[in-house]
Amino acid sequence: MSSLHLMIFIPFIFAIIVPFIHRQCIQRVHTGWFVLAVPLSILLYLIPYIRAVSIGKTIQLELQWMPSLGINFTAYLDGLALIFALLISGIGALVILYSIYYLSKEKEALNNFYVYLLLFMGAMLGLIFSDNIFVLYVFWELTSISSFLLIAYWYQRKHSRYGAQKAMLITIAGGLAMLAGLILLSIITETNSIREMVSMVGESEKHKLFLPAMIFLLLGAFTKSAQFPFSIWLPDAMEAPTPISAYLHSATMVKAGIYLVARFTPVFGGSAEWFWLVSGAGIITLLYGSINAVQQKDLKALLAYSTVSQLGLIMSLLGIGSAALYLKTGNESSVYAFAVAAALFHLINHSTFKGSLFMVVGIIDHEAGTRDLRRLGGLAALMPVSFTLAVIGSFSMAGLPPFNGFLSKEMFFTSILTLIEQPVFGIRALAMLFAIVAWTASVFTFIYCMILVFKTFTGKHHPEKLDKQVHEAPLGMLVSPMVLASLVVMIFFFPNVIADYFLKPALAAVVPGQAGLDIHISPWHGWNAEVIMTLGVIGCGILLYRGLKKWLPVYQRYPKGLTFNHLYQLTLEGMEGLSFKVTKRYMTGIVRDYLVYIFFTIILVIGGALWLLDGISFYFSNNAPVNAYEMGIVVGMIVAALTVLLAKSRLTAIIALGALGLLVSLLFVVFRAPDLALTQLVVETVTTVLFLLCFYHLPELRREKSKLRFKLTNLLISLGVGAVFTVLALSANNHRFSETISSFFEDSYTLAGAKNMVNAILVDFRGLDTMLEILVLAIAGLGVFTLIHLGDSGQAVKSNLLEKIKSNDVILRTVTKAASIIIFTFAIYLFFGGHHNPGGGFVGGLSSAAGLILLYLTFDSETIRENIQVDFKKLAAAGVLIAVMTGAGSFLFQAPFLSQTFGHVELPVFGDTELATALIFDLGVALAVVGTAMTIILTISEDES
Amino acid sequence: MMEILMSLLVGLFFTIGTYLILSKNLMRIILGTSIITHGVHLLILTMGGLKNGGPPLLGESFAAFTDSLPQALILTSIVINFAVTALFLVLSYRAYKTLGTVDIEEMRGTADE
Repeated sequence: MSSLHLMIFIPFIFAIIVPFIHRQCIQRVHTGWFVLAVPLSILLYLIPYIRAVSIGKTIQLELQWMPSLGINFTAYLDGLALIFALLISGIGALVILYSIYYLSKEKEALNNFYVYLLLFMGAMLGLIFSDNIFVLYVFWELTSISSFLLIAYWYQRKHSRYGAQKAMLITIAGGLAMLAGLILLSIITETNSIREMVSMVGESEKHKLFLPAMIFLLLGAFTKSAQFPFSIWLPDAMEAPTPISAYLHSATMVKAGIYLVARFTPVFGGSAEWFWLVSGAGIITLLYGSINAVQQKDLKALLAYSTVSQLGLIMSLLGIGSAALYLKTGNESSVYAFAVAAALFHLINHSTFKGSLFMVVGIIDHEAGTRDLRRLGGLAALMPVSFTLAVIGSFSMAGLPPFNGFLSKEMFFTSILTLIEQPVFGIRALAMLFAIVAWTASVFTFIYCMILVFKTFTGKHHPEKLDKQVHEAPLGMLVSPMVLASLVVMIFFFPNVIADYFLKPALAAVVPGQAGLDIHISPWHGWNAEVIMTLGVIGCGILLYRGLKKWLPVYQRYPKGLTFNHLYQLTLEGMEGLSFKVTKRYMTGIVRDYLVYIFFTIILVIGGALWLLDGISFYFSNNAPVNAYEMGIVVGMIVAALTVLLAKSRLTAIIALGALGLLVSLLFVVFRAPDLALTQLVVETVTTVLFLLCFYHLPELRREKSKLRFKLTNLLISLGVGAVFTVLALSANNHRFSETISSFFEDSYTLAGAKNMVNAILVDFRGLDTMLEILVLAIAGLGVFTLIHLGDSGQAVKSNLLEKIKSNDVILRTVTKAASIIIFTFAIYLFFGGHHNPGGGFVGGLSSAAGLILLYLTFDSETIRENIQVDFKKLAAAGVLIAVMTGAGSFLFQAPFLSQTFGHVELPVFGDTELATALIFDLGVALAVVGTAMTIILTISEDES
Repeated sequence: MMEILMSLLVGLFFTIGTYLILSKNLMRIILGTSIITHGVHLLILTMGGLKNGGPPLLGESFAAFTDSLPQALILTSIVINFAVTALFLVLSYRAYKTLGTVDIEEMRGTADE
């Protein structure tokens, strides 16, 4: 694993540790101080790479994950990933610092907050560094999930839950569409690596799946980056704590869609569809967001719509810029590539000014107790620093100098004008419309920026409308927005530092053909069209802002039923209602109905498959003969099974069932399966004891007083199931779809050092299955224990049923002692012999359990407890642990999990002895089996009554 | 002949087991699952072919061995089945202690459950 991978995992590792730190320092230190170390260290790690990346270096590091599926965790660092990584870690650090003052350590569940935040940070870093599309997808969904958890941070509030659900439904639906797109892409290109996809652009474009792949991928990007009409989730996501809104829902997560579009531009860019879809969706979103932001009364809602609008702006620039790939080289192409540079530049600028604005709004909320514009006003005198920060952020967003937003907005206008001057893809007719929309949206942007500043900070202060005495925020809370605001100003004066170090290498990643393009950003190019457009925006903006009261009521005219929010609501309610109705039809609450469904499905699926696929075929040529002895066993089994069916007393049923089990084990002997015969024999013994113990408490079997129809239906279903399985068994006989693999196991001595093939399969070839099996076994044991002791007061055992039924027969007691010694010896023999002869951990463990049960039956539990001081629950756990540790031990020898080995050792007494690590594994199995079996039996027997 | 006999036996076990599982009494249901389990084991074993070699032990010198894979599968199943049966038994015992009935019809929960 490389250090770059480590950077992705650090947040995840910290997310595990945070709850423990939180518990230690809940009263003394704010947990945020510890968490702050994570983004800071990532930031420090990344800084040295800035120089290397700026001279055109990229770093690619591979970590094998699932090589057989072509899924490797390849981390890739280039200019584009670097911009995002710096935003994630840099703004992450500032947001955490801010949150330390924003969230009180006394009142808030900080452990949850920081765990989710770190989860997000790791996911986001993983997303931008992944070269493999499926790894990228996993991280993509992780960001959606952590965003869901963070929006619902105050889950007690109904609106938080609603917002979280909405965000989750929309982004996950988009994520699934994206997965479809990625799968199509991997089919087209036959690779899972983005780098390799980029290198085969020409061929993939002709593929018939190219367009569907593009549309599905864009659905993912558009939902994540809140493009119209999927933008409806973002305003509701504002229920999250403000640091989260600043971090996820303006600076980083919502830009994941932008990242995706930029990352896949070399693959899809150059096609007309990509150009139209991306730039079209972007420009519509730009207008939609800015128009809606103006009418908001909540400051955060205003910022949410402004984020939607700004994301649209960046998206449209990326769409326009993709034409550079179509034009390939030359001056025309560079002019379009400039739009990509503008998009990336605005992406950075937006993160700085929007981040600071969110933090200022958070401060207002924190200090004034409200974000409602109707209650705020005249705060400038009370909060001079916040006022200054708000002015810097808003004016930058409005596109005014001397702030960075001015520069990128000019570049945006330049790119839009390019469409008019050098049209591509037949945009000539629509280029003017693009320009008008862009200009109108800028006017609205200007208006809402002014609303944000002047409605909040100027005008008349109304202390009676507020619940709190307003004063300036503490310094700690102001530091983060100050840092961002100073960046807003600094980038204006030194934009070419950004251009040289970040934009150029990132541009090389998005438009590889224009890698060497020189980008020079300057605030003044003379009296060109862009400046005139900006002046027009300012002029019109001021006029409209002044007349706000006159035209704002127009918004009320818009019918509420015609919004996408309304459509979302209707769809959700309709789907809930429909699924409830459908489910109610068949979920009757009667267990028998469900069983009938299951059996019918079995008949339909197996029977139907046999019928439709012509699977019914009988061969009897190779059949084995039947002798009288075997016939006797079979007749005995039929009688036993029928006795269970017709039994009128519990005891008869149990004895018949036991007899059936013993006859089955005889049959195993006939069929040359000694291991099965042994295991079945012992299991049958222990199971019979179990049945006796439980049925002792249960009422006597009664004749079922049910209607004839009920019985007839049951009979029909049973006959159906029986017939299907008979046909299945007959057809399966001597009918093979493929060559048998069983001859492989006949090499078990050379492969695993075992002469008993069955045991070799269990402990070596399929060791993982066995390990999980004993885990299930131990869980069942604990389940039994919990079921019995549910609602217990935890008192000592009152009586033991095994003791109650114990015999005082002296002969029995004497014989038992001897018998149990024989049983234990035999158990140990079975255990050790299992590698070469019938036996092994399972049967060894079960026989020991049987011996112990015999002891419990004859002696009182006091005596036994004195002599055998074992907690069987812990024994079971120890067994599982031994098995797992044996498996993990392979790692020490650089071998995959559960690699067993064997060798010969010269021991003093025994001579040449063969030892296999599988024996240790088998010991774990045996202990788990004894532990579980005894836990079950003792728990049941010790229960009072 | 052995295969046909086994197939019929498997069918019989499945029939009886299913019939017991469809009854209302919890105890009968558990007995039914046990019988079906035997049916499954015999089914797997029959599918692998019967008596076409010696036991799968390399220590013995046989020309051919019976298929070891179904045996390993069944061995796993026997042990798991033990745990499952135990859980079923205790569940029904606990249900009887709490609800006072072993009739699944009478065990139906209330509307708000």
